[in-house]
Amino acid sequence: MSEQTRISLEFDVEGDNFVSAGKASEAVKGNLKMLGLPPTIIRRAAIVMYEGEINMVIHAKGGKAYVDITDKDISITLKDEGPGIENIELAMQEGYSTAPDAIRALGFGAGMGLPNMKKYSDNMEIESEVGKGTTVRMKINIQPDSEGQQQ
Amino acid sequence: MKISKIAEVLRADVLCCEENLEAEVASACAADMMSDVLAFVKDHAVLITGLCNPQVIRTAEMMDIVCVVYVRGKVPDAMSIELAKSKNIVLMTSKYRMYQACGILYGEGLRGGESRI
Repeated sequence: MSEQTRISLEFDVEGDNFVSAGKASEAVKGNLKMLGLPPTIIRRAAIVMYEGEINMVIHAKGGKAYVDITDKDISITLKDEGPGIENIELAMQEGYSTAPDAIRALGFGAGMGLPNMKKYSDNMEIESEVGKGTTVRMKINIQPDSEGQQQ
Repeated sequence: MKISKIAEVLRADVLCCEENLEAEVASACAADMMSDVLAFVKDHAVLITGLCNPQVIRTAEMMDIVCVVYVRGKVPDAMSIELAKSKNIVLMTSKYRMYQACGILYGEGLRGGESRI
């Protein structure tokens, strides 16, 4: 990609629609593939986006996803107007989940979503207000050496 | 291991994408929780699961998983099969339970790979 390349994508994530959940992540992955980025970078972006998308579907009745791709990094912002996260520190712990049993039966709500998002992004910030919503910002670096960071 | 070999040793019925049976898989992952699958990253992997909803296929797609084996004789819904066809992911169903299916594949030399990306 050239220095000036910049692609901005925006998605509406439908809430409570478990069948369509993941469509935005699929589209992002398709775009990254077309740009010819390294497979590890693509997979990391796909994982964090997908976990985030699923979270918005499960907990927040959907929301918006904004993805910015430059020659340096991939920025993913997930914004919802859901119930908010009461205790972010607790939510970041592996295995902690407030998802109902019905969601667990669908294969999610293992308390691995946020930890996976942190693990596979180079930077993650969460802003959340109870009753107002949550914004998650994640960044994945696209440098030649960034592939090795998580190996 | 070739996908055709997986189908053979697990006595599985292939549900779609038969044209990819000669593709190779390098490692395997078994889980019913999709976030556990998302914590596992390896190229050309096979997923062994008892979960049958379309999110299994979406998870497989995110992870570049090339084959999904449903255990305990489970068969996914039509939407999962359609989605898998569009993503070129081989689906098969085996009557073995997950533990047995994993044991058979491990015994045949298919390993789990690294648990980190």
